[in-house]
Amino acid sequence: MPSPATEPTAPAAPPSALELRGIDKRFGAVHANRAISFSVARGSIHGLIGENGAGKSTLMNIVYGFHRAEAGEILVRGRRVDIHSPQDAIAAGIGMVHQHFMLVESFTVLENVVLGVERGALLAGSLDHARDELAKLTRDYGLDVPLDTVVSELPVGVQQRVEILKALYRGAEILILDEPTAVLTPQEAGALFKMLGRLRAEGKAVILVTHKLREIMAVTDRVTVMRQGAIVGEVATCNTSPRELAEKMVGRAVLLRVEKTPAHPGAPLLAVRDLEVLDRLGVARVKGVSFDLRAGEIVGVAGVSGNGQSELLEALAGIRAPSRGSITLGGHDLVRERLGPDERRELGLAHVPEDRLRMGVVTGFTAEENAILGYHNRAGYQRGPLLNQAAIRAECEKKMIAHDVRPAVPLLRISAFSGGNQQKLVLAREIDCDPRVLLVGQPTRGVDIGAIEFIHKKLVALRDAGKALMIVSVELDEILGLADRILVMNAGEIVGEVARADATEEKLGLMMAGVREASA
Amino acid sequence: MVREKTGGGRLTVETYTIIVLLLAATIRVATPLVLAALAGMFSERSGVVALGLEGMILGAAFASAAVAAVTGSAWLGLGAGIATAVALALLLGFATVTHRGNQVVAAMAVNIMVAGLGPTLGMAWFNLGGQTPQLDQPAQRFLGLMGPWAATAREHPLPGLLYAELLSGHNLIVYLAAVLVPLSAWVLYRTRFGLRLRAVGENPLAVDTAGISVNALRYQAVVICGALCGVAGTYLSTAASAGFTRDMTAGKGYLALAALIFGKWKPFPTLGACLLFAFTDALASRLQGVALPIVGVIPVQFILALPYVLTVLLLAGFVGKATAPAAIGVPYSKEN
Amino acid sequence: MKTLGKLPHWAELVLLPLVNLVAALVLSGVVVKILGESPWAAGKLLLAGSLGTQEGIGYTLYYATNFMFTGLAVAVAFHAGLFNIGGEGQAYIGGLGTGLVALWLGARAPFLLVLPVAVIAGAVFGAAWAFIPAWLQARRGSHIVITTIMFNFIAAALMTYLLVNVLIRPGQQSPETREFGAGAFMPLASEMLAKAGISFSASPLNFAFLLALGAAALVWVLVWRTRWGYALRVAGQNQAAAVYAGISPSRITVQSMLLSGALAGCLGLNELLGSQHRILVDFPGGAGFVGIAVALMGRNHPFGIFLAAVLFGALAQGGSQLSFDMPKINRDMVVVIQGLVILFCGALENVFRSPLAAVLAWFAKKPEAAD
Repeated sequence: MPSPATEPTAPAAPPSALELRGIDKRFGAVHANRAISFSVARGSIHGLIGENGAGKSTLMNIVYGFHRAEAGEILVRGRRVDIHSPQDAIAAGIGMVHQHFMLVESFTVLENVVLGVERGALLAGSLDHARDELAKLTRDYGLDVPLDTVVSELPVGVQQRVEILKALYRGAEILILDEPTAVLTPQEAGALFKMLGRLRAEGKAVILVTHKLREIMAVTDRVTVMRQGAIVGEVATCNTSPRELAEKMVGRAVLLRVEKTPAHPGAPLLAVRDLEVLDRLGVARVKGVSFDLRAGEIVGVAGVSGNGQSELLEALAGIRAPSRGSITLGGHDLVRERLGPDERRELGLAHVPEDRLRMGVVTGFTAEENAILGYHNRAGYQRGPLLNQAAIRAECEKKMIAHDVRPAVPLLRISAFSGGNQQKLVLAREIDCDPRVLLVGQPTRGVDIGAIEFIHKKLVALRDAGKALMIVSVELDEILGLADRILVMNAGEIVGEVARADATEEKLGLMMAGVREASA
Repeated sequence: MVREKTGGGRLTVETYTIIVLLLAATIRVATPLVLAALAGMFSERSGVVALGLEGMILGAAFASAAVAAVTGSAWLGLGAGIATAVALALLLGFATVTHRGNQVVAAMAVNIMVAGLGPTLGMAWFNLGGQTPQLDQPAQRFLGLMGPWAATAREHPLPGLLYAELLSGHNLIVYLAAVLVPLSAWVLYRTRFGLRLRAVGENPLAVDTAGISVNALRYQAVVICGALCGVAGTYLSTAASAGFTRDMTAGKGYLALAALIFGKWKPFPTLGACLLFAFTDALASRLQGVALPIVGVIPVQFILALPYVLTVLLLAGFVGKATAPAAIGVPYSKEN
Repeated sequence: MKTLGKLPHWAELVLLPLVNLVAALVLSGVVVKILGESPWAAGKLLLAGSLGTQEGIGYTLYYATNFMFTGLAVAVAFHAGLFNIGGEGQAYIGGLGTGLVALWLGARAPFLLVLPVAVIAGAVFGAAWAFIPAWLQARRGSHIVITTIMFNFIAAALMTYLLVNVLIRPGQQSPETREFGAGAFMPLASEMLAKAGISFSASPLNFAFLLALGAAALVWVLVWRTRWGYALRVAGQNQAAAVYAGISPSRITVQSMLLSGALAGCLGLNELLGSQHRILVDFPGGAGFVGIAVALMGRNHPFGIFLAAVLFGALAQGGSQLSFDMPKINRDMVVVIQGLVILFCGALENVFRSPLAAVLAWFAKKPEAAD
C-alpha cells in the first residue's frame, strides 16, 4: 500500500492504520471527549477500555462518522481524512460492529450486506455480485453464514458474523468492535478472538472496545484506558495487569471480587415446577424449568442472552403468563391463582427488571413518582381517595439517603440521574418493603464501578438477612462473584446446576453452549 | 351462457349487465383509494405515519379543480393538484422528519387546516360558497376514454359489454392507477430505492450506519406519497365529479389507510382491500332505495355509513400487528 | 451551563406555547392577506367582536365551554398515551343522551332534577360511543385514531337518521326535535348575575360554564392526585413499566377513553340545554376537533386548557363577527387557524425550542458576566 508523504511525522516508522489527534467533543454540559490522541498500528489488536460513560463509545462513533468532533483530526494510514458521516468512514476503510447490531431483522443476510453499497439502481446485479464476494470472504476468514436466511431467524452469534462480513465486504482495513462478547458464550468469544487474530495476520487493525479486563489481557497487543472523557494511560498489554488497568479506569483502588461469607441456605421460599413460557408466536422460550429459591442464598442464572432467562424472570415476576407449570410462594400457586405483579409484591416478591429504562422507571417522571412505581396502591401512600404527597416525598428522601442516591432530590426527573443512581433508587424501591424473595435482572447493567460495589454489597447483605435472591446476568464474572449456586440456561432449559465452589468459567461456558452436565 | 330468446335468458342478461356495471363502478370508486393507499405505502414503509392522506387529497382536489376552472386545462389542474399535495407532504416532512414532531398530530393539523383552507380560498376566489366553479368544458376534466369499437361491442353483451364497460371507458387516471400497483411492487422489491425504503422503515439506525441518509430517504418517500395523493385528489374533483365541494374526500384518506393496514403494507393485498371497499360502496349505492327482502328499504344514512363500518370491522378482524414497519411513527434521532 | 435545546420549566409551560401561538397567528395573517383583506383590520375586528362587548365576552365564554369539555376529553386520553380524535362523535352522541333526557323530563321536572340526569345521560352516551374504539384498541389492536375517526362519520350518519326519521318534530321539514320543556333550560349567566344584582348583557353563556370549570378541576385531581391518575400516566408514558408495576394498559385504555368520551359527551349540556333547547343536526359544529388544538395548546393541563379554550372561544366568536364584516372571509377561516395552531403547538413545537433556549441562555449569561 503506497503511503503518501503528506505527513512529515516520524519518517522511520510506517504510518499507523489510524491516528487520532486532539479529538474533542461535548454534549451540552458533558465533556465527552477531552483532547484525545492515540494511534493504532496495522496488524494489531488495540484494546480501548473504560467505565460506562468514560467516552469510549463517543470516540468510536466520531471515528465512524456518527458524531462530529468539535476539534481534532483523524488520520488513516498517515493521511488526513474528513469524516462527516458513516459513508466517509466506510470510504476511508473503517468498519464498525456496534454493540446493538445494525441489521434489518426482516431482511436476509445478503440484503443486509448489500444495503448502502448496492451496485446500480436495480437489485438483482448487486445481490449476485455480493454473493460471489461473500463466498470468497467466508472462505478466507471462516465466517460461515447462510446468505438467504432472514436475520431475525439467526442466533446472535451468527448475526455478529453478519456484521463483521458487512464491514469486510465494504473493504474495511480498520475494524472497530464495540463490546462484542456481551452476547456470546466464552467459547463463541474464543472463536471470535481467533478470527480477529486472522484479521491481524492479514495486516488489518482491530479496535476492541470493552469493559472486560480479561479479554483485554487475552487478545490485545496494546491497551488504552479512558476515564471521564480523557485518556489516562496507554501500555503494551504484556506490561500491565488487570489490577493496574482497573485502578486506572476507576481512578482509585477497587475490589475486584465481592466479599462474602459462605451461605447458610434455609427453607425454600419460592418453588418453580415444570414452568413453560411461550412467546407471542407460540414458541416455547422456557421449557419445563424446575428449581427452588431458598432463604439466605443467591441463585445465579447464567446464560447467553436470549436463552430464556428474561422470559423466566418475567414469568416469575408476573409480567408474562406461563403456559404450564407452577410457581409457589407462601402457600400460593401464583400461576393457578393468576396473581399479577402487584399481588405478587404483596406476597413479598420483589423484582428489579433487566432493562431499567424500558421497564424499571418512567423517564418522564420525577424520582419520587418513580419511587412508588408498583407500590402506588399501598395504604401508606394514600390519604382518603387521594395520594399522600407528603408521605411519598418523605419516603423517597429516606430511600435516597439510605441508598446513597445522589443527588437526594425527590422532585428531580429520573432522567437527570446517572445510570448507577437510577439503579440504586430502583433497588431501594424494591427492597425497602422487606420482600422475602428478590429477583434481580442484570444488577449492574449501565452502572459505574462505584455503584457496582455498593449494589453488590447490598445484595449480599440481603442474603445474609435471610432473603432468597435470584440474579440473572449475562456477566459471567458477576454471577461467579455473587451466586452461591448457579443455574445455567440454554435454549430455554436449565442444562445444569453448579455449586459456586465447583464452578469454573470453562465449565459454565460449555453448559451455556448447551453441553449438559459437563463432567468436571 | 346467454340465451336471449327465453325469459330466463333475459333475466340472466339483466343480472349479467348489473354485475358488469357494478364491477365498473367498483373500479371507478377504487381508483382514488388505490392511489391513496399506494401513497400511504411509500410513506409508512419509510416509517412515516400516513394519516395525512386525507388532507393531501383534499388539498389536491381543491387545487386541481381551481386551476382547471381558471385555465380550462385538466392537465394544468393535475399539475396543480400534485404540486399542492407535494407541498403539504413537504410540510409534514419538515415537521416530522426534520423537527421530529409527533407524526399523528402533524397529520391531523394538516387535515384540519386543509379542510378549512379549501373552502376559505374557494370563497375568496370564486364566491360560490366555498366551492369551485362547475367544470363544464370537456378539456377541464379527465373523462372516460372509449376504447376502439367500444360502441359496437356494447351490442354483444358477452364479451362486448365486459369490454365496453369494464375495460374501456374509464378515464386516464384509472388506467394509471392500474399500472401503478405492479410498478410500486417492482420499485419496492426489485430496486435499490425499494430496498433502502423498506430498511428505513424497519431500522433507521441500520440505514444510517450503512452510510445512507435517513432523512433524505424519508423525504423522498413523503414526496412520492404527496405526488400520488395529488393524482388521487385530481381524480376526485376533475374526473369523478365536476369541481371541488367542501369535505369531498369524506374520509377516503382514512379508508385508504385502513386498506393499507389490512393489505399488510404490500401492494397487491392492499389493492385487494381497496377493491373490497369499493365493491361494498358500489353495491351500497345500487341498493339505495331498493326494497330488500326482510329488511325492506335501507335508510340512505346507513348506506352512506357502510364504508366506515366496514373499516372498523376490517381493523377489528385484523390482528397481525407485527407486520407493520417496525420503526413507524418513531422520529429518528442518533441519540436513542 | 444549560444544555442546548432544553428550556427551563416556566418557559416550556408558558413561553414556548406563546411563541408557537404567535407563529400560527402570523401565518393566519398571511392567509388573510392572500384572501385580499388586511390582517391588521381582521385582527382588530376579531378582538372587538370577541372581547369588546359584554355580549361578545358572553359568546366567547359560551364557545369556550364547549371547547373545555372537548379539550379535556382529548387531554385525558393523551395522558393515557391515546389520541382520541373521536371527540366530535362522542359529543354528538352524548348530546343525544342529554337531549333525550331533556325531551323526556324537561316539561315534567324542575331543573335541579333534570340537571343531574342530563349530565349522567350525556356522560354515559359519550362514554359508550368511546367504548367501542377503546375496546377494539385494547383487545384487537385496532388503530384508535382511525376507529375514532370512523366513529365520527358513523355518529353523523346515525344522528342524521334519527333526526330525519325518528326524533323529528312532526310536521316539520328541518331535521330537529321539538323544543325541550323549560325544566331543561340551563340558567343563563345574564339571569344568574341579574339575581345577584349585576347587570350583564344577554348571551348564551350559561351555568354549563361552571360545570366545565368543575370538570377541569376534577380532571386535575383525578390525573395528578389519585392512584388511578398515577396508573394512567404510567401506562401513557411507558407500557412496559405499567405491566411491571401491575397496571393493565388495556384496562387503562378502556377506562381513560370512557372518561374521555364522558367529558366530550357533556358538550350537549352547554350547546343543547344552554342555548339550542332542541337536538339538531351537527350541533357540535367541529368542537371535537377544536378540542385537539385546545389540548395541545394547553399542554394537556386543565388550567392550560381553560386558557386555550377561552382563546379559541374568542376566535370562534370573533370569527363569526369577521365573516359579517369581511365578505371575503367565511367561518372556515377559523378552521384554518385551528389547523395552524395544532401544527405549531403540536407538530412543530421543536422548531422554536432550540432558538428559544439559545436566547434564554444568552440572557441568563449576561448578569453572571456582570458579577
